Amino acid sequence: MAIRVTINGRRRRLDVSPMARLLDVLREECGLTGTKEGCGEGECGACTVLVDGQPVDSCLVPVAHVNGAVVTTIEGVGASRQGRALQDAFVECGGAQCGICTPGMIVAALPLRPGAGLEEIKTALAGNLCRCTGYLSIFESVSRAKMRRRARAAAG
Amino acid sequence: MGRAVGRSVRRKDGDAKVTGEAKYIDDLAFPGMIFGATVRSTIPNGEITDRRIALPDAFLVADYRDIPGRNIIALIDEDQPCLAEDVVRHVAEPILLVAHADREQLFDIDRHVSIAYRPRPPVFDPEASTQSFKHIAIDKGNIARGFAKADTIVEGEYRTRHQEQLYIETNGVIAVPGCGGAEGITVYGSLQCPYYVHRALMVLLGLPADRVRVVQTETGGGFGGKEEYPSVLACHAAILARKTGRPVKMIYDRVEDLLATTKRHPSIIRHRTGVTRDGRLTAMEIDVVMDGGAYATLSAVVLSRGVIHASGPYRCDHIRICGRAMMTHTPPNGAFRGFGAPQTQFGIEVHMDRIAEALSMDPVRIREVNALRPGDTTATGQRLGPDASALPVLREAVRRSSFHDKRRQWAGTSRGIGLSLFFHGSGFTGSGEVKLASKAALELTPTGARIRVASTEIGQGTQTMLAQIVADALGVPYDAIDVHAADTAHVPDSGPTVASRTCMIVGKLLERCAQDMRTRLGRRSPAEYFRRHGGFTVTSEYTPPPGQSWDDQQYRGDAYGSYGWGCNVVEVDVDPDTFEARPTRVTAVAEIGKAIHPLMAQGQIQGGTAQGIGYALLEDVVMRDGRMANAQLTNYIVPTPLDAPPIDVTILERPYAHGPFGAKGVGEMPIDGPAPAVVNALRHCGFDIRSIPATPERLFEARRQKVEGGR
Repeated sequence: MAIRVTINGRRRRLDVSPMARLLDVLREECGLTGTKEGCGEGECGACTVLVDGQPVDSCLVPVAHVNGAVVTTIEGVGASRQGRALQDAFVECGGAQCGICTPGMIVAALPLRPGAGLEEIKTALAGNLCRCTGYLSIFESVSRAKMRRRARAAAG
Repeated sequence: MGRAVGRSVRRKDGDAKVTGEAKYIDDLAFPGMIFGATVRSTIPNGEITDRRIALPDAFLVADYRDIPGRNIIALIDEDQPCLAEDVVRHVAEPILLVAHADREQLFDIDRHVSIAYRPRPPVFDPEASTQSFKHIAIDKGNIARGFAKADTIVEGEYRTRHQEQLYIETNGVIAVPGCGGAEGITVYGSLQCPYYVHRALMVLLGLPADRVRVVQTETGGGFGGKEEYPSVLACHAAILARKTGRPVKMIYDRVEDLLATTKRHPSIIRHRTGVTRDGRLTAMEIDVVMDGGAYATLSAVVLSRGVIHASGPYRCDHIRICGRAMMTHTPPNGAFRGFGAPQTQFGIEVHMDRIAEALSMDPVRIREVNALRPGDTTATGQRLGPDASALPVLREAVRRSSFHDKRRQWAGTSRGIGLSLFFHGSGFTGSGEVKLASKAALELTPTGARIRVASTEIGQGTQTMLAQIVADALGVPYDAIDVHAADTAHVPDSGPTVASRTCMIVGKLLERCAQDMRTRLGRRSPAEYFRRHGGFTVTSEYTPPPGQSWDDQQYRGDAYGSYGWGCNVVEVDVDPDTFEARPTRVTAVAEIGKAIHPLMAQGQIQGGTAQGIGYALLEDVVMRDGRMANAQLTNYIVPTPLDAPPIDVTILERPYAHGPFGAKGVGEMPIDGPAPAVVNALRHCGFDIRSIPATPERLFEARRQKVEGGR
């Protein structure tokens, strides 16, 4: 089946089985290996990508579901200023240790509004597991990036 | 004063990890690569009577007869086969390997292969087992004399269960035929200890060292779970690669990883303690039983660290500790952050609160009375140096958490506050470091220097921290130092990345390399020297600090070069309807000699503490007939962002004379303290808990027994 999808701003036509997992299509057909598999059952969030702006576990999504959709993976995060702010904050605040959950964490945090508070951040990341940090430095990373965005927005 | 040490410089591996560019094992592919899978035993104990394989030709099958060298996983004891021959000793024991070019064809391989068994009765209770992997006895003073001095004797039994490391990246390797000739082998993988894997492959394949190459790829967490297990997986992939002549990728899915790989040893710890009316410990008699699982793996050394830490950070003249690691028919247990010490310090720290209770004493006071001070001796008779910091960490944690105020205010409510005091030896136990004789190398480059060690970056910050040490010792900027990949073809054996040893031991070796290099450079910068004379490499090998000695027979002497010291205060809230205990705040004070990179050290403490909270309350490996019944993330529960309590970290620094810039280890210690502190907080709420995890069911049961006992 031919799937038409925009991935990280690039339009693609993919000839794949409609029931193939979006995760596998991204990693194997598109060469976008930044999206990770941690559990294969939607519990860990390592495979989080945005579909039309909403975070989803790509290990649970048959690729047919994204026909006509816009998909953003970690490789596309750096295209936006707020994406880069998140990436930078994860390095500066110790949000990335082993790094395997990091792409999913950053992608899941991307839709958060500038100035998001701690409870909002926790809720947005509730589906993403990290075994290294105890999460506090991840909250700090997201918080700092979102504060930066708000400061920039306020400055006009 | 250095320019990089003590500052939170930018991580070497940070940018690749936040952009998705970092390549983990499953992100790599080689031309002609195929995939491998494992057929495993479905019973815990028995003989294999038949193997029926009904697979099309596109599948390739290998068994123990395809092993050119010896069918063992070389580690400490040589008891674990790479592939089972006639008998199996645990569920999920590897029997056959299958390869196919299409990964998806391997998903339901078990349907096409049937193994017939003649079952034997399994043993699951370590105390009913008759086969021991290791016995250890520690004797200090005269235990009978100690008990004679006691006013009161307090006894108790404490139990801990399996815990899964749960690195988010599952185990995986790729074996590629060829290294120094066609018969050689190269293995890439997610692993902590390249030279462990290297040796296992040499023994398995009967190859000399230069025909085997092991390369660590970016590793998505280890926590001990990638200390010894990758040797098994590397051996399997190597067998398939040799047989097919093609690169073979083997990646476990989460279920297989949970079913088959090592976990923290379950333990039973019994204390009998003599104590005076004013709270002084006069005699400590401790019995430690660890469940080793089906094969020896690292159980002997896990037990060793466990028993040495079993009397906690306390002074007592008369101590007897007996430990044994027993064989059971469950998958082998192995390394996990803390390595035996979290179990035994859970025992002593809950016991200390019960002693305080028996004496109507304040839990802080009893620890103040007994805490090890500089000049005191440990259970093995090690005299502690000026950096012994049990009292400073205790006082700081009590002060920062307002422990006594909360203890008073919350008495009789569903809120509780509890604490734990603990220590953790840095580096290999006893004569381990002398036997390892680790080596490190530093190479002059046109722009600075390159670190060559086998110590792996697994998220804890090895590359960054080592580069900081070298930069300052060499007197060059941090950015002038780069780190070679952990590749046995290019780095010397600096030992395994375990035991809180990478900073203190390997960091010290590199500091010495850098000092030697600086001497040779004289007044010239690395670039000037390189232009005029070309590059050179400096190496150094471990030598023990002067005066350090250890007796392996008697278990006496300097068990570790030094110790880190920690105190945790945990505040919990118990839901009176659901009996769920929620930690609301943790105060963690750690004395680690010197924080080379304060942000990463804090990250180690917060991350280890969160794992410890999971160990205390959530993480329950349910074993049914020797098989993990909840081998998936849906019901093996680890802390999520919503479970994470605020963790207030304070780092104290009392330099260790023989650590780089005074540093000691930090990686493991943070997981020693949370579980007993949680349970002591629950005790403050009126729950008499002596085993973990303290699940709502256990809390309910403790409350029910109390109510019925009170009738």
